[in-house]
Amino acid sequence: MKLIYFAWVRERIGKADEEIDLPEGVATIRELIDFLKTRGEEYEAAFEFPEVIRAAIDHEHVEHSEKIGAAREIALFPPMTGG
Amino acid sequence: MPAAPLIEIRVQAGDFDVSAEIDALTKGRADIGGVASFIGLCRDEGGALSALELEHYPGMAERAIRAIAEEAVARFALSAILAVHRYGKIAPGGNIVLVAAAAGHRHAAFEGAEFLMDYLKTEAPFWKKEHMADGTSGDWVSAKDADDSARDRWKGRS
Repeated sequence: MKLIYFAWVRERIGKADEEIDLPEGVATIRELIDFLKTRGEEYEAAFEFPEVIRAAIDHEHVEHSEKIGAAREIALFPPMTGG
Repeated sequence: MPAAPLIEIRVQAGDFDVSAEIDALTKGRADIGGVASFIGLCRDEGGALSALELEHYPGMAERAIRAIAEEAVARFALSAILAVHRYGKIAPGGNIVLVAAAAGHRHAAFEGAEFLMDYLKTEAPFWKKEHMADGTSGDWVSAKDADDSARDRWKGRS
């Protein structure tokens, strides 16, 4: 599965995207963020306040409770500031 | 019979020509009574900023704006709607976004343009980073609660 990061989430992690294999027990966006936080201090910094992180599965906004299912691409990013 | 609503959404690095964009929106139409437009520009924040850099999610940005535009067309019975959003580095005074809504009457046009802007600010995947005039790297612009409130006031209204 492809993970893709934007803005300060991307900067703190130090990469724009990566391929990962989801471990057992990671079924939702919230669980994915909790899992990513265990991967090192750069991830801890990016996801220090998980409640502010927004997520999209295959280009659609989703809540943290959303099941990941057969997602191809999951994006994690800060609140949007366009316009 | 009225023509099908025109929905034109573009995400691009280059600048846009406001009058050419609005001409294209209304060309050949006799059912449009008014067009309301909004142009978002880069502010220099009292001279502190040298540029804003807009990052976007290429696979999702256009699709997210289109979903909002389709809702605006249905909700306000618009004849046409346009959004052009730029990405990349934009200097103070430069164009960032253009939104225009066309309808038979003015209220629908005004409301359609405002609805699209209010949702676009909080739901379209763009992020602004500041570049400072003194050469230092600035911060990412924070999302504002006021923008969420502006969007939420449309909820529950018909």
